[in-house]
Amino acid sequence: MNTQNKSIRVKGLRKSYKELHVLNGVDFEVEKGSIFALLGSNGAGKTTIVKILTTLLKQDGGSAEVNGFDVASKPESVRLSISLTGQFAAVDEILSGRENLVMIARLRHLKNPHREADELLNRFGLTEAAGRRVSTYSGGMRRRLDIAMSLVGKSQIIFLDEPTTGLDPEARLEVWKMVKELAQNGTTVFLTTQILEEAEQLASRIAILHEGRIIANGTLAELKKLFPPAKVEYVEKQPSLEEIFLAIIGKREMN
Amino acid sequence: MDTAKNYLFSDMSVMLARSMRHHFRSMDTIITATIMPIALMLLFVYVLGGAIQTGTDNYVNYLLPGVLLITIANSIGYTSFRLFNDVHRGIFERFHSMPVARTAALWGHVLTSLVSNAISVAAVILVAIVMGFRSSAGILSWLSVAGILVLFTLALTWIAAIPGLSAKTQDGAIAIAYPIHLLPLISSAFVPTASMPGPVRVFAENQPVTFIVDAIRLLLSGKAAGNEIWIALAWCSGIMLAAYALAVRTYKKHA
Repeated sequence: MNTQNKSIRVKGLRKSYKELHVLNGVDFEVEKGSIFALLGSNGAGKTTIVKILTTLLKQDGGSAEVNGFDVASKPESVRLSISLTGQFAAVDEILSGRENLVMIARLRHLKNPHREADELLNRFGLTEAAGRRVSTYSGGMRRRLDIAMSLVGKSQIIFLDEPTTGLDPEARLEVWKMVKELAQNGTTVFLTTQILEEAEQLASRIAILHEGRIIANGTLAELKKLFPPAKVEYVEKQPSLEEIFLAIIGKREMN
Repeated sequence: MDTAKNYLFSDMSVMLARSMRHHFRSMDTIITATIMPIALMLLFVYVLGGAIQTGTDNYVNYLLPGVLLITIANSIGYTSFRLFNDVHRGIFERFHSMPVARTAALWGHVLTSLVSNAISVAAVILVAIVMGFRSSAGILSWLSVAGILVLFTLALTWIAAIPGLSAKTQDGAIAIAYPIHLLPLISSAFVPTASMPGPVRVFAENQPVTFIVDAIRLLLSGKAAGNEIWIALAWCSGIMLAAYALAVRTYKKHA
């Protein structure tokens, strides 16, 4: 057990809202530089865990460490290590894309806020729209800006709470690509989702949260072993509507 | 703790710059906060003024103190509106998960209210001078007037912050603006209270706006203002302190 290799350590985490017990002793660890997906249905408590880990909410019991700092006793140090992209794009609609990024860079006390903003705009394909007010952006562009804002200052650990909820398939693929790039550059990504495919595509480790507890935790291969061994069956493979949609769009763009 | 505290003022100025952009980029805000009070002053002086007996030869001189308070009261709903949006659109969550002084986000809105009201008040006074407003007040009296107006703005802003932070709906958040708009109308702002019927007169003569209007009127006419000033200051500070305590508590609980 080497603490240096763990970005997040959660032990016996409990949280209740009055009579409602949301978390009943949650345990898990996240390896540095990995993508960890927390899977669960609506109301399972995924956002509650994210809020506790990002110092927005205090737990009732148990402990949580982020980047080696206890979230309850060292919230300031935790905040220096993390970035949060919440469930709804937390962007300022009245400001332009560039102004949003410069604002965050100033709040992170970076030396050259404008250069940082320009770099991120370029990386996220928002350079052309940079001067426009965010209220004119599409849902996908907003999410891109939202994630770009979380990358200002290069935090070691990024929390993404249902990053693709409400996005169309194309925008979802874009977000997936960005998340993979982040992990390749050594950032730890903590991701919540209710889309199984998303966890399957991205995560090196998947935990399933159900009724306030982690009921399964492992790599995709490990989770697959929990099921009865695969039987060989012959089934005609029909394309899914999503595959059809993306194929048609791809074709149209090629013409 | 140190890291965030050291940057309190720089963080606050980033928040102020952001929220001032919200003010200046909204036509609706500028019309309500600056143009409507000027229109009201024109209406009262050039349409109704001829029929109003105040016992002074210059009705603009009589009217200006009340118009200044209406200017401030008019803008107050925008503080509630902007705070509500920040709480419900996740912007505050983003700020609070960052290494940013926690109160900076709230103070950004309060400072914006002060700065934008100072601009509106200056515009109203300029128009009043063009319309024939003259004052024999010395620099000390003008400073006292400025002080009373700052306290009045802070008192109303902190009141407006409470529903802005705690309301469940946007309508609920801005509803506070209506009773605040009414107060200057039932006061000595436009006509002497002596002309009002019994119960209305009792209300008008004992509510804070009348004391504040009377104090400013005495100061601007170069007369020594006695009790009125102290009663006006007591009202403003009392409301400000109570509303501040409640708003900060609400901020810690909800945002």
